[in-house]
Amino acid sequence: MAKLMTLKAAISELVDDGDSVALEGFTHLIPFAAGHEIIRQCKKDLTLIRMTPDLIYDQLIGMGCAKKMIFSWGGNPGVGSLHRFRDAVEHHWPHPLEIEEHAHADMANAYEAGASNLPFATLRAYIGCDLPKYNSTIKEIECPFTGEKLAAVPSIRPDLTVIHAQQADREGNVFLWGITGVQKQAVLAAKKVIVTVEEVVENFEPSANQTVIPGWVIDAVCEVPGGAFPSYAQGYNSRTNAFYQEWDAISRDRETFQRWMEVHVLGTRDFAEFRKSIPLNGKGVAA
Amino acid sequence: MTYEYTSSEMMTIAASRMLKNRQVCFVGIGLPSAAANLARLTSTPDIVLIYESGTIGTRPDILPLSIGDGELAETAQMLVSVPEMFRYWLQGGHIDIGFLGAAQIDRFANINTTVIGDYYSPNVRLPGAGGAPEISTSCKEILITLKQTKRSFVKEMSFITSPGHLSGGDSREKAGLVNKGPTAVITDLGILEPDPQTRELVMTHLHEAVTVEQARDNTGWDLKFAKDLKTTPLPSNRELEVLRDLNERTERAQKGAA
Repeated sequence: MAKLMTLKAAISELVDDGDSVALEGFTHLIPFAAGHEIIRQCKKDLTLIRMTPDLIYDQLIGMGCAKKMIFSWGGNPGVGSLHRFRDAVEHHWPHPLEIEEHAHADMANAYEAGASNLPFATLRAYIGCDLPKYNSTIKEIECPFTGEKLAAVPSIRPDLTVIHAQQADREGNVFLWGITGVQKQAVLAAKKVIVTVEEVVENFEPSANQTVIPGWVIDAVCEVPGGAFPSYAQGYNSRTNAFYQEWDAISRDRETFQRWMEVHVLGTRDFAEFRKSIPLNGKGVAA
Repeated sequence: MTYEYTSSEMMTIAASRMLKNRQVCFVGIGLPSAAANLARLTSTPDIVLIYESGTIGTRPDILPLSIGDGELAETAQMLVSVPEMFRYWLQGGHIDIGFLGAAQIDRFANINTTVIGDYYSPNVRLPGAGGAPEISTSCKEILITLKQTKRSFVKEMSFITSPGHLSGGDSREKAGLVNKGPTAVITDLGILEPDPQTRELVMTHLHEAVTVEQARDNTGWDLKFAKDLKTTPLPSNRELEVLRDLNERTERAQKGAA
């Protein structure tokens, strides 16, 4: 049953060193605030799982929180490379990062299999693609009915899934809308679940078929307004594309990155303070 | 009189002309997205644009920076989850055209967006596969657009992320792929199409004022040219106006949002 608590308490109680952690979001509703709190609390040896690791995973990797990443597209969307991720893979800085690489179709199916309590997912995939040569978790199986060759991949069952949503009510039921990515699957596949929300409301009244995740599959709900910045929460705020563009320069060299993280993340108590440390025009200029 | 134009504009316009009205098109971010939206705003108003974030039938007023910008969600006919997108809509066989960009391409239109050099100790680590491998095998037909340079049009590719015509000939069919695969590659210099037999990319069009030498100098393999090599029709003033308006609106919105 979901408890309403501070993000600091939720991360402290529910994230253990060595956990496999999925902070999911597909461009929209990315749980940046939760990622920052994991960095502040110096969590270590995490296996980070996400289809589209972006800036927050770049930060977690650069700050040494991750030992492994399971992913299908690791870039700064529309901008270019994730420099901290590249530095970890190309030069093992701050330490080597093990990678397990998939394609989107595979990971989307693997989350669905996890949520369905199945051991693996099957899909028509990877013909002519070199990824299976470098990822031994991608296997080929034969359809028992038609003999067709299909790909099989293990289901994803994170120790912890973290998502950001628009609203929760007092019972910890969560309501999200817009691009919902793989969040519902990632929540239902996980052993522990944290949801940060823009707002806790007395009541919400979603119409039938909208995405509601009941409080009884969630461990902690934390109110963090703007907690997806520089990503966004449709209906509350918009994507700060300028920050994604500026991250390229902030993250390009190790010293600039470290200084920025020290001032804006380690040097702030919470996400509200972090937001205040970023100039108000939304541009995340390095201090 | 005809306006002056840049080679980037020519590329986007030439790519936009490859689409047909009412097609269902799975759109990659960047150059494909610009071309597909230009097509929607000019010659193919009823085209259905799909982005892998789950936005179907989207009609953005500005070009998205990311695959999941709010603009795509707010102007979509419907929004679906990412598993539904890949399972029902893509694997389900509902998509006519997959429109992809690439970091590297070889003579058989195989695409690399994963790694340059050794996988385990790469010279350059690229973002990876995303949706592209299954877009390239599940859509009925594939279009690719990227700038033509020696760095991107390579003789030897260290990694195939998304299969084109594999090693040429009937190797694609032999591997079990049933769709057409890449049918055209649109660049800032011209258009390449696979030879019907060998499936090797052949330059069939050069854009106005581009020379054979220029195309050859910007290709990492011994580039072949079609016997009846054509010149791409010039951009029309309308195409240029619509594209420039779109780019201007996009730039203004990016600045405004900041």
